[in-house]
Amino acid sequence: MGTKQPFEMVVERHGGTVLRICRVLLASPDADDAWSETFLAALRAYPDLPETANVEAWLVTIAHRKAIDVLRARGRQPIPVEEVPEAPTTLGLPGFDDNGLWRAVRELPDRQRQAVAYHYVAGLLYTEIAEILGGTTDAARRAAADGIKNLRKNYTGGVPS
Amino acid sequence: MSEYNGLFTTSADPKTLARLHRELEQAAEREGLLDIAYRTVDSPVGPLLLAATPRGLVRVAYDIEDHDRVLDTLADRLSPRVLRAPGRLDAAAQELEEYFAGRRHAFDLPLDMSLSRGFRLLVQQHLPSIGYGQTRSYQQVAELVGRPKAVRAVGTACATNPLPVVVPCHRVLRGDGTAGGYVGGPAAKTTLLNLEAA
Repeated sequence: MGTKQPFEMVVERHGGTVLRICRVLLASPDADDAWSETFLAALRAYPDLPETANVEAWLVTIAHRKAIDVLRARGRQPIPVEEVPEAPTTLGLPGFDDNGLWRAVRELPDRQRQAVAYHYVAGLLYTEIAEILGGTTDAARRAAADGIKNLRKNYTGGVPS
Repeated sequence: MSEYNGLFTTSADPKTLARLHRELEQAAEREGLLDIAYRTVDSPVGPLLLAATPRGLVRVAYDIEDHDRVLDTLADRLSPRVLRAPGRLDAAAQELEEYFAGRRHAFDLPLDMSLSRGFRLLVQQHLPSIGYGQTRSYQQVAELVGRPKAVRAVGTACATNPLPVVVPCHRVLRGDGTAGGYVGGPAAKTTLLNLEAA
């Protein structure tokens, strides 16, 4: 029956997604630190992970906590930004500007940013996101929708109309 | 909002991921979490998978054994904490290179024999006593371990040797002097015997 795959396969399959998540949550090099902390913690806990578990949701849950830890370690509380700046970002460039997009996402209020990252980057279901963030599935869906609305308002580079 | 999916799916840059992977290997080793480290090396008998626990080299596998399947088995039998981490296998890779270049006649590596048990383990522990360039028959090995009637079991022990090349099961031949079966296939066995006869 199903045996657990070698951890290397977990890194190969999910390493890129987790790095994108970390970059949405944190600026570099904090993002790299969060990635390292996430995979080291995952390696430690891996033998006890149930075989039926959704590995990606499990990793995102760890990354979520590690990102908060990294922010705390840096002495910066992850205070939600209640008001999103109204002025359009100057980072928006014509065409595809990934860094600019990530920066714009990082300017979203915490919950919106997390919901956008976990749904659009990691591809998690809103039920899974609700478990990570706490609260209801509907609240998670709303946070992602609000995040996208704010992104549309604040980031113009490369966003399809 | 599906138009946003594409925006977020750019590949994370491979250079950063490679660096983070190396750092993970080092951190895992430091924290005692690297239960199995592995790498592959090229050789005259094809790519070889090398895997080591903290105790020593635990597995050498031929391409025809299917390296992915071998890693799955290691994860299942020993620990799923398996990482591609070449550092721990530097000495093994070096000694194998010297062996294939004809410059090394005996391996001096810590071995972890935990994949073998009972009679198979007993046989495999005796195999290094067959020196470089020498051969024995299955019958002679059976006598060597004090079980002269266990010729077939000796054959099984050789066929299930987790450390081929390093533990020289290729030096055990059929009674009529033909090579007999081999975990790496008959051509690999011939290559090793020719190398050692040169």
